[in-house]
Amino acid sequence: MALEKKIRELKEKREKMLLGGGEEAIGKQKAMGKNTARERIMAILDDGSFNEYDMFVEHDARDFGMDKKHLPSDGVVIGTGTVHGNPVAIFAQDFTVAGGSLGLMHSRKITKIMDHALKMRIPLIGINDSGGARIQEGVNSLAGYGEIFFRNTISSGVIPQISVILGPCAGGAVYSPALTDFVFVVENISKMFITGPEVIKTVLGEEISMEALGGARVHCEVSGNAHFFSMSEDECFSQIKRLISFIPRNNEVRAQVTEVRPPESSYDIDRIVPGDPTLPYDVREVIRAVADSSDFFEIQEMYARNMVIGFGRLGGRTVGFVANQPMEMAGVLDVDSSDKAARFIRYCDAFSIPIITFVDLPGYLPGVDQEHAGVIRHGAKVLYAYSEATVPKLTVILRKAYGGGYIAMSSRHLGADFVFAWPTAEIAVMGPEGAANIIFRKEITTAANPDEVRRQKVEEYKEKFANPYVAASRGYVDAVIEPSETRRLLLHGLEVSENKDVQMPWKKHGIPPF
Amino acid sequence: MENRDTGRLTVDQTDYKTRLSRSYAERKPYAPPVPGRICSFIPGTVVEILVSEGDSVSEGDDIVILDAMKMKNRLKSHISGRVAAVNVAPGDRVTKGAVLVEIV
Repeated sequence: MALEKKIRELKEKREKMLLGGGEEAIGKQKAMGKNTARERIMAILDDGSFNEYDMFVEHDARDFGMDKKHLPSDGVVIGTGTVHGNPVAIFAQDFTVAGGSLGLMHSRKITKIMDHALKMRIPLIGINDSGGARIQEGVNSLAGYGEIFFRNTISSGVIPQISVILGPCAGGAVYSPALTDFVFVVENISKMFITGPEVIKTVLGEEISMEALGGARVHCEVSGNAHFFSMSEDECFSQIKRLISFIPRNNEVRAQVTEVRPPESSYDIDRIVPGDPTLPYDVREVIRAVADSSDFFEIQEMYARNMVIGFGRLGGRTVGFVANQPMEMAGVLDVDSSDKAARFIRYCDAFSIPIITFVDLPGYLPGVDQEHAGVIRHGAKVLYAYSEATVPKLTVILRKAYGGGYIAMSSRHLGADFVFAWPTAEIAVMGPEGAANIIFRKEITTAANPDEVRRQKVEEYKEKFANPYVAASRGYVDAVIEPSETRRLLLHGLEVSENKDVQMPWKKHGIPPF
Repeated sequence: MENRDTGRLTVDQTDYKTRLSRSYAERKPYAPPVPGRICSFIPGTVVEILVSEGDSVSEGDDIVILDAMKMKNRLKSHISGRVAAVNVAPGDRVTKGAVLVEIV
């Protein structure tokens, strides 16, 4: 009967640990609309697939009365499980235990599961809900953060790393999510900042709420730190599961292939893009008109909306879509949209996801603020990312492709494998108005009726150059196609590129302009 | 979702009908720096003002001591001239870019 007793003891010990910071603390957590750490893990993972490790780990700090403090599981839950049958490693900070504060053993647990994820080449999901460093543990807490950042960096581009901010994530702690691939936030629950409202008030005398400083919306719309916004934890969990369905588990395998389903017939690709290049439309309609099941999973939907990025499938295989959005800021390239596109392109390249680019942009955003904000170095990131990417790169020029914008958006010159242009494409050094005014300046200014001559010259330029055929005559465009042929040609292009093999010169790593 | 009216964006003399981002719609026109203005380069608290209105100052003279980021920063004049205005008093908390003293 000794065995039975031991088993009973184990069960009791477990039960105690599973209560985390106790019922009162759990009550407080619930009152904030938050789930507990273990509930969150269960909600993300397949039913019954979670296995927890290091449940009995505890700190051995002695200073400041810590020797008398008992912190169950040291405030963080780690383990492995599956999402849609795909294995993942996961950790979740437990706010009910000392505010989820990070001490030495807490960080050891996190780095342990990170090492595991990297070694097993499986995705890592990190749920952040922590008041920050456990001040009583001093420099050991700092060491913990540093060791997490180091692992985030080493794992980057090898396994997918997903951060979920479900509570405060402040000070140095923010840099782990910032180093990962995707950051999920929830309205009213997520709070991320380096220095909080208190410090800002004391030092600068400026008053700001936590939500206005570093809430979910701020990071999705303004700072660009977060990628996915949701109104509740449940919505957030389904977004995470959806993301995982699109991406491969590591950089040496492909994403899961699904059944091929055609786009929905309600998307009429011939009627989405207006012929007049100055009129807006929603480029996501074009994406939905070609993607399997018209299913498009947009990333950073609220940030730099002039650039659309996200995942979809073509012929059952995951692809990354990058598209100028004429409906927002005319689809221009600027500091933020360049940054957004470049990072996504590098993500796709790292994880062998082909890149489909839809082009319709007038160029770069003019303005002193853009120049001073470094549109040169930020814009260069797009050139760099497209040029270095060795995954299949397929480009469709829908309408305007002017000047530097044309070059940047996955042009033939940056190594695109296939470049298709619709008959509405205008591939030119700039828009007809601007070009005619420069080329025919003399004729226009010296004419008796300058407006009349200007109109004539603009028309002349349009007739000659505002089309895809000049570029096609040089082979910069592989084929001028009807919009309705787009999906077929993209599917074919991907099929042909299946075994694409590009050898790059040896280097330790490049020096991208970031 | 925010409500943003459909606006116009001009690139290379062509007007595009499109939505404007909030940051673009609310951008401030560029103003060239005025060398006689002593501005706070960082938010902080004014500790001491070393000049009074009407004083003559030379380029490089200390004008204001600004306590910011745990440092007592000396703000110097970029030009020689006369103090035309002192806009702050010791103890004032100032935001970044506030004009503290004007020299002409």
